[in-house]
Amino acid sequence: MKALRFLLPLGIFVVLVGFLWVGLSRDPREVPSPLVDKPAPAFLLAQLDDPSKKLGPANLRGQVWLLNVWASWCVSCRVEHPLLVALSKAKIVPIIGLDYKDTNDLGRAWLSENGDPYQVSVVDADGRAGIDWGVYGVPETFVVDKSGVIRYKQIGPITPESLQQKILPLVRELQKS
Amino acid sequence: MKRVHLGARLVASLLFAAACGQATAESALDARLKNLEEELRCLVCQNQTLADSNAPLAEDLRREVRELALQGKSDAEIKQYLVARYGDFVLYKPPVKSTTYLLWFGPFALLLGGGLVWYGVLRRRARRGNGGIDTAPAETPHAGEQAERARKLLDDSTEP
Repeated sequence: MKALRFLLPLGIFVVLVGFLWVGLSRDPREVPSPLVDKPAPAFLLAQLDDPSKKLGPANLRGQVWLLNVWASWCVSCRVEHPLLVALSKAKIVPIIGLDYKDTNDLGRAWLSENGDPYQVSVVDADGRAGIDWGVYGVPETFVVDKSGVIRYKQIGPITPESLQQKILPLVRELQKS
Repeated sequence: MKRVHLGARLVASLLFAAACGQATAESALDARLKNLEEELRCLVCQNQTLADSNAPLAEDLRREVRELALQGKSDAEIKQYLVARYGDFVLYKPPVKSTTYLLWFGPFALLLGGGLVWYGVLRRRARRGNGGIDTAPAETPHAGEQAERARKLLDDSTEP
């Protein structure tokens, strides 16, 4: 009984510390997407370089690809952009750009200024495709597998660590299967 | 002449009624949307509801919610549409399911636990007798001495 009196508060304290430890080390901005492991939502949007041509996930079946959501007004897109340019030069995986809530002119100017890592960029001017993909914080990057299923979502800019430790290993594994 | 007058009045009142009907239908929709948006979270500024937020995404989502409502979708269907895209996090009122049992029932479990401990303490006190309340006056060992000192101090302060 005496021991319980001493151990009970200690136990409660340890549990509380455990909860706070996990809770405080999490980033509340990162909301887990319900779309991971679900088929990529369809869209068919005009291409940035040639608005008469359209592209959607259906055209990309049979290969692993990345969808990178970017915009000319997006500040942290500039942070990740050099990584994307390097990745596209390495020719490991095609990157499709979704120019989110942007105009063609501004989008094109931004790419010519910062480099164009995208195989194709499509323009989502009214943000509807973005909503279907659950986009809420540009930049976001999705990994889509050969059968058109989203396998990973990166919220916020890609970092060298997330690229080396998560995205690239996953892409290689998916390309094998 | 009178008949024309009457006809004009009738037409005017009918038009007025129609306009009013439309207005109430619109405000009913607005009220419904407002209620719905207050239960939905804006994902950009996470402590604001969709109704309160001025973030561009919130504007887009309000537009989307309005369009879905105009298509005749129910509140539950609209919520499902948003949950499918953004997860349960968009709901201010999380659904009751196995991962949220602790959230929903944890406080009641704590209350019950506290009540049990309280009951136990009371029982133990009751067994010790007199309800655990100390009715005897506190016996201070040097009460007389202290009173003497106090009287002295008071006398000193009034003398000069």
